Amino acid sequence: MPKTVHLRALGSLLSALAVLCCQAACDGAGKPAEPRPLRWAADAEGGAPYIFKDPDDPAKTVGFEVDLAGALARELGRAIEWVQYDYIRLLAGLDRRDFDFAMNGIEVTPDRAKAFRLSRPYYVYTEQLVVRAEEDRFTTLEDCLAMDAVVGTLDDTAAKRLLDQLGIRTRSYDNQTEPYLDLQNGNVDAVFLDLPIAMYYAAGNKKLKFVGQPLNPGYYAIVFRKDQEELATEVDKAIEHLLESGELKRIYEKWRLWNADQARLHSGEIQDVLRESSGKWTPAVYVPLLLQGAAVTIEISILSMALAVLLGLPLALARLYGPWPVRAAATVYVEFFRGIPVLLLLYFLYYGLPAISDRYDLWIDLRLAPMTAAILGFGLNYAAYEAEIYRAGVRSVPAGQWEAAASLGMSRWLTFRRIVFPQAVRVILPPMTNDFVALFKDTSLVSIVAVVELTKQYQILSKSSLKYLEIGAATALLYLVMSVPLGYLSRRLEHRWGKGQ
Amino acid sequence: MNHTPHQVAITGLTKRFGARLVLDNVSLAVDTGQTVALIGPSGAGKSTLLRCINGLNTFEAGEIRVGPHVLRPGHDHGGAPVRQVRRVFGMIFQDFQLFPHLTALENVIEAPVHVLGAGRHEAARRGRQLLQRVGLGDRAGAYPRELSGGQKQRVAIARALAMEPRGLLCDEITSSLDPELKCEVLAVLEDLRRDGLTLLLVTHEIGFARRAADRVIVLADGRVVEEGPPNEVLGNPQAARTQRFLSQLLM
Repeated sequence: MPKTVHLRALGSLLSALAVLCCQAACDGAGKPAEPRPLRWAADAEGGAPYIFKDPDDPAKTVGFEVDLAGALARELGRAIEWVQYDYIRLLAGLDRRDFDFAMNGIEVTPDRAKAFRLSRPYYVYTEQLVVRAEEDRFTTLEDCLAMDAVVGTLDDTAAKRLLDQLGIRTRSYDNQTEPYLDLQNGNVDAVFLDLPIAMYYAAGNKKLKFVGQPLNPGYYAIVFRKDQEELATEVDKAIEHLLESGELKRIYEKWRLWNADQARLHSGEIQDVLRESSGKWTPAVYVPLLLQGAAVTIEISILSMALAVLLGLPLALARLYGPWPVRAAATVYVEFFRGIPVLLLLYFLYYGLPAISDRYDLWIDLRLAPMTAAILGFGLNYAAYEAEIYRAGVRSVPAGQWEAAASLGMSRWLTFRRIVFPQAVRVILPPMTNDFVALFKDTSLVSIVAVVELTKQYQILSKSSLKYLEIGAATALLYLVMSVPLGYLSRRLEHRWGKGQ
Repeated sequence: MNHTPHQVAITGLTKRFGARLVLDNVSLAVDTGQTVALIGPSGAGKSTLLRCINGLNTFEAGEIRVGPHVLRPGHDHGGAPVRQVRRVFGMIFQDFQLFPHLTALENVIEAPVHVLGAGRHEAARRGRQLLQRVGLGDRAGAYPRELSGGQKQRVAIARALAMEPRGLLCDEITSSLDPELKCEVLAVLEDLRRDGLTLLLVTHEIGFARRAADRVIVLADGRVVEEGPPNEVLGNPQAARTQRFLSQLLM
């Protein structure tokens, strides 16, 4: 008991000190303290209608959450300053104290309610099924299941969880523009997302249509850390006041988001939506999922590298020995694919090619499956690097070796195959293995074409479970278990191939 | 071994490297079974001459006849005449150019197996014989890096002999060897000469030339300045250029 008392005393002393320090820092100039602006984090990339770049003035951000933030600032008597933050990292960023709160269509879930201080709800979302205009096979989620349709949705959302629960095949994305783009391109059969997203991205699109009623209501809340109770209480009051005064309704009507479901906001309770069972994120649950991700990573890495290694050799030979037009073409290839980011290439292959075949009405269908786009993207990109490694390796073999072989009557091709290439391999192999390890890790970029590999799986799991450290360590371990033996293999091969030298 | 005539006849051979004239209207002949030493100051064009005969360098004017085969200016490196000439004359290089990833025996049988299509077993048997002949019967399994310079050069000779040429073009093949290692290589050459191979050697071994060559040709500044039997050319040189070269060698 006395110990507790001591601790409490120490605690209050420390907080008193903290307050003093803060005040000293704040009114260093001796002026009365103007409260520091609150920092609000949200992702404006493809974030309509929540927050997005104003199409008329890209220097400005607009959206219903921008309007809501403005209203809250007036209620609180304190400026609110927006900071750009990746949607998928919002909660991690809040933990890191990078900002004061996150408000970005974040759904209320039991896990979040446990780990964070959620405000009172500010919007009741429902989810809307959207299909292509000419679609006549399904109008409900049950139809989707029966037809074994692939439904696009966002990672770690109530929509995704509902689809999973129903056993519907999904493809998940990390921003809201791409699912509809993919739907239009025929890569998915339907998209199931929050109504506000559907309203903005799909309602005006003549190639798409809404089917069935919005369903599966849930709440958006503002997220604070547990230690921000005081601020959170103020914000709760401000939301309540905006609701009472009709200001909230005015904002939602402006964005065409007001509907009958919003009546639920008056209860102020979030307990009724805490219906999803609280996940038990034990290793037995997440390790199998991580292993699935690792399998995809391995598949992409091996197939892309195989493509790169196969394509790199003719490119190198073309640069070394081709007549000038062939040599020039190979040089252009290498410079082009080395010079553009692989991310851009992936975007182009996956989203750009279908647009081309649509615009020019090509007979060939350029819609690539996500895995195909990923393998092709990395294969084409790395082929440029492998070509240069081959070239350096072949050039490292002295000209005298060619001459000695020629004087023995060996043809150029025979000389290359039997004499030059085996020697070049010794030089080629270590950097090539190195590239393979690099590629292995680069494959984490493919989540943008909706492939769930190891890093993506980590993002999804850690965001759902909020166990960033634990699952992160498990993921890192998996990467190491795969890449360290590769380095060992490289040294072994180097030794084996190098035995004559 | 094949004994059809394969005399070398070079007429008006001219070779430039850019603006530099390396071979200036060179004409010479080598008879079947002869050993000819090409000597002269460095930069005289001796090595280039050998490389032209082997098709490793092209030339601007003149022609090279080897038996019935004729090389002409601007010929294709892989063309039929070049391939035929290479069957007649093997070539040995100053820096050996053994294939480092292959053992001594594998070096020797590489071309017979892959160019002539010889059976691997038969080629290996012949390869061992050839290594025996150059005194390396016990090193068949050694990699080039495990051999001394003299041993490497003897493997290179065995490798050339495996294609059953009627002669060898030797480009300063002892220049990078220590004196005692030179002896073992030169002994192999004398042995080959006794067997009737035609040898055209670019060399600085005046003693060897005097003892073993049938003829000595002196090349300076891309021209033949003197030729004849070794005791005449080396013992009593007529051309001033030869005298100067020989006196420098003795210094």
